[in-house]
Amino acid sequence: MNFLYFDNAATTWPKPQEMLDAMIRYQETVGGSPGRSAHRLSIEAARIVYDTREAVAELFGIDDPLRIVFTKNATEGLNTAIQGLLRPGDHCITSGMEHNSVMRPLRAMEAKGVDVSVIPCRDDGTLEPSDVEAAIRPRTKLIVLIHASNIIGTLMPVRKVGAIAKRHGIPLLVDAAQTAGAIPIDVGAMNIDLLAFTGHKSLFGPQGTGGLYIREGLDEQIPPLMMGGTGSRSEFEEQPNFMPDKYESGTPNAIGLAGLGAGIGFLRTVGIDAIREKETALTKAFLEGAGTLKGIHLYGPPDMRKRTSVVSFNIEGMSPSEAAMHLDENYRILCRPGLHCAPLAHRTVGTFPQGTLRFSFGYYNTLGQIQKALKALEKISRGH
Amino acid sequence: MMDQPENYDVVLFNCVSHAIKAEKVLKATGLTFKIIPVPRHISSDCGVCLRFPREQKGAVEAALQGQVEVREIRPLC
Repeated sequence: MNFLYFDNAATTWPKPQEMLDAMIRYQETVGGSPGRSAHRLSIEAARIVYDTREAVAELFGIDDPLRIVFTKNATEGLNTAIQGLLRPGDHCITSGMEHNSVMRPLRAMEAKGVDVSVIPCRDDGTLEPSDVEAAIRPRTKLIVLIHASNIIGTLMPVRKVGAIAKRHGIPLLVDAAQTAGAIPIDVGAMNIDLLAFTGHKSLFGPQGTGGLYIREGLDEQIPPLMMGGTGSRSEFEEQPNFMPDKYESGTPNAIGLAGLGAGIGFLRTVGIDAIREKETALTKAFLEGAGTLKGIHLYGPPDMRKRTSVVSFNIEGMSPSEAAMHLDENYRILCRPGLHCAPLAHRTVGTFPQGTLRFSFGYYNTLGQIQKALKALEKISRGH
Repeated sequence: MMDQPENYDVVLFNCVSHAIKAEKVLKATGLTFKIIPVPRHISSDCGVCLRFPREQKGAVEAALQGQVEVREIRPLC
């Protein structure tokens, strides 16, 4: 455990003991197929999955838990919405800060005849909401926006873009991979029609959990990515058309969802504000310290109100991958170098193709670890 | 007398998530009910349904109204 784990934007680690306990308890005492067999262990499994659905709904201000579809990650939710809603001839608007989980399905839809407008952002990742409004066309069918950059942590103006989308009657899809659990989200207040989230980052759940919130009525326009057994309407060979079964074919990751439920429970016990406060203090200390080091170039907004705990930088005369290996081998600092699956965002920031070194801090990091890391960077940037 | 099947009604749902939601709603009301597999003579579905004593029908309907999507409420046999 003697690591400095600064890769929480990829997967938070370690996890709360409650999350591990819930998964072990699930496997030892429940373990059935939810919604499949109607015996007590199957029903208990369904109850646990439902409880997690309810926990997610409460967290995001969603009235009906059954508006949430569980997926294996945010990517699957984003693909369901993007591939499902857009048709040839439609127009879609997105930002210059998106991850490939949005850009790759969008580019594939472009090849099928969908027009895609990428709204440029400043090099600190900030987006001007009026630029989004100016790009709206009569055939604009979807606006897709990342909630916070996975490379430089910039918070995007979701609430303002949501108001614009609502005014024009265009659905807004938000990629909350980096913010679900880290930054408060209320789908009603922010006018979010579709919310893709993952369980394995700030919701403290295991990998292989995530979901998509679909606003009432929109599901009629979105066919499922996959079809198959749902445990419901088994007499029919056609896919059910009701939520959430329409989008949840095959045995779900119930053990993972048991863990996700406990992860969200932990989040609520500690409090999203307390976690944000701690991560802000860590990030601020790092940015202030690294800002004084010669040969370190920091990216993204310095103001903590405008960002998450994800920071990117480069060390003069050293490639990100070289620096990351050095940090791992000599200082046990675990971070992520390169392009972070977001070549478009790196172009916006001006760090394509070399990428950056990314430190992403989490609830379990300490100020002592930040100080150790700053000392290591000082040595490395001096050429040791 | 009470455990005769003809004294019961069942609530049928589209899927198990709806049944679990109904279970939560009904638990809060203190009504008597049980989740059981959907009997073969009602449907070939592999899901579950909620069984309750028929004299509670009005109360069950009122509790679920607007809360849970219900496919059908019908006699158990």
